[in-house]
Amino acid sequence: MTLLAFDWILMVEKLILIAIIVFASLGIALYTTFAERKVAAILQDRPGPNRAGPFGLLQPFADGLKLIMKEEIIPNSASKALFILGPGLAMTAALMTCSVIPWSSHVELFDRKIDLQIADINIGILYIFGVVSLGVYGIMIGGWASNNKFSLMAALRGASQAISYELAMGLSLIAVLMISGSLSLKTIVEEQMDAGSLWNIAYQPLGFVIFFICALAECNRTPFDLPEAENELNFGYHQEYSSMKLGFYLFSEYINMIMSSAVMACLFFGGYDIPFLNEAKLAPNIAAILGLLALLTKIVIFIFVFMWIRWTIPRFRYDQLMNVGWKKLIPLALFNMLLTGALILWKQG
Amino acid sequence: MQALTNRGKEVSRKPMSFMERLYIPSILKGMAITFSHMFKKQPTIHYPEQKREFSPVFRGLHVLNRDEEGRERCTACGLCAVACPAEAITMEGAERLAGEENKYREEKYAAKYEINMLRCIFCGLCEEACPKDAIYLSETFAPANFTRKGFIYGKEDLLIPDPITAPEEFAKARGAHRNN
Repeated sequence: MTLLAFDWILMVEKLILIAIIVFASLGIALYTTFAERKVAAILQDRPGPNRAGPFGLLQPFADGLKLIMKEEIIPNSASKALFILGPGLAMTAALMTCSVIPWSSHVELFDRKIDLQIADINIGILYIFGVVSLGVYGIMIGGWASNNKFSLMAALRGASQAISYELAMGLSLIAVLMISGSLSLKTIVEEQMDAGSLWNIAYQPLGFVIFFICALAECNRTPFDLPEAENELNFGYHQEYSSMKLGFYLFSEYINMIMSSAVMACLFFGGYDIPFLNEAKLAPNIAAILGLLALLTKIVIFIFVFMWIRWTIPRFRYDQLMNVGWKKLIPLALFNMLLTGALILWKQG
Repeated sequence: MQALTNRGKEVSRKPMSFMERLYIPSILKGMAITFSHMFKKQPTIHYPEQKREFSPVFRGLHVLNRDEEGRERCTACGLCAVACPAEAITMEGAERLAGEENKYREEKYAAKYEINMLRCIFCGLCEEACPKDAIYLSETFAPANFTRKGFIYGKEDLLIPDPITAPEEFAKARGAHRNN
């Protein structure tokens, strides 16, 4: 019977944490769509949405309501089950990433030490990569099930983009892992928090640039937003989608953006570390809240940079996209990996 | 080959240098430009709350004028309808009866006066043709309606409010630039 002994309180604790994180990331994604429009407007000398509620703050709800109220069209020739599965899979994959991100250190409540991370698995970063790769199925299934040649070609384009940039992303990541020696995100963050150690960006500037470019490509953001190319490429894999199913695809992209910002903050910018402050001296609860705020600030800055790039530069052509991925980023990432390895060996011996 | 003009420019086919091929410096330059636009003044006019200043000769929707005592000026002479290049104006005249002297300025008045705002081209020729200063183009604009019929403005839509019983509405309908 001992095998069945189960920490029910831990279970409840984790369920509450999951609920909070899922709803919080949905809420943040909701307001990211609003922020996108607002940032675009401000960068283009316009006021942006300002009619719905004070400063237009109710705009995302109006947009959501509009998407829900629209007619839900499933093409006659589409494979119905797969057609519905596509956006669901994209959304699930996007939300699943948040489970291994360490949102902050730990809080002490009711004599329990609660980690603000759903699961500190020792292969955290591999898990994220696995789930992100699953997101490609959302794209492929959506494009295939539409039974439309343009959707299918766009899905092939989207999938090959995601797969080729994942390679360079993984290679740039290896250099970070060589420094930290761990795949667990929590360990990676805590190593950067140690007194005397710098954030990984100081050791891996090139790795960060590669990772950042690949993250843009993974999230289908400009300059790699071929699925959004409505007039020149007939839209992307979601051409046949309407109503909330389209909303799910678009929404999952925003969640992906938040999650990749969080991953970048954890890997290169010390996660929930506050610069020039020794968190160990603070009470754990206060340190946890401050750490959470620090991580959120970093995420917001990354999201702003994503948007800033989007409203600055035009998109790549498909052959340029493949060129940059395979001919530039992968050799560069390999070089960065070798350089890091050589430097580590030289330092040791 | 002889060029037609000497304004043509040679296209540079020089291959890009290494720094140019990196793209990132130019991208950063572009991002600096967009960032600087965050602090620029927005030229937006928030329409229903703020309105653009019109020039004094702006030609908006028509107004049928009254005189100082609140009597309609129009005598249904039809000159505006004749002058109208879009044939947007129709009217029917009627004779003023005894006891209506406080309503109509002259012995004849327009019993029906319609302007089709879908046909009207807002040229202002009706205003120029009118010998009685009875019609002019105001500063109001942007009519909206659900039916085509709604765009045929009758007397109740065109007539200016009475300056004696409703002076405020009269002043508003008259517009800021009007001084007659």
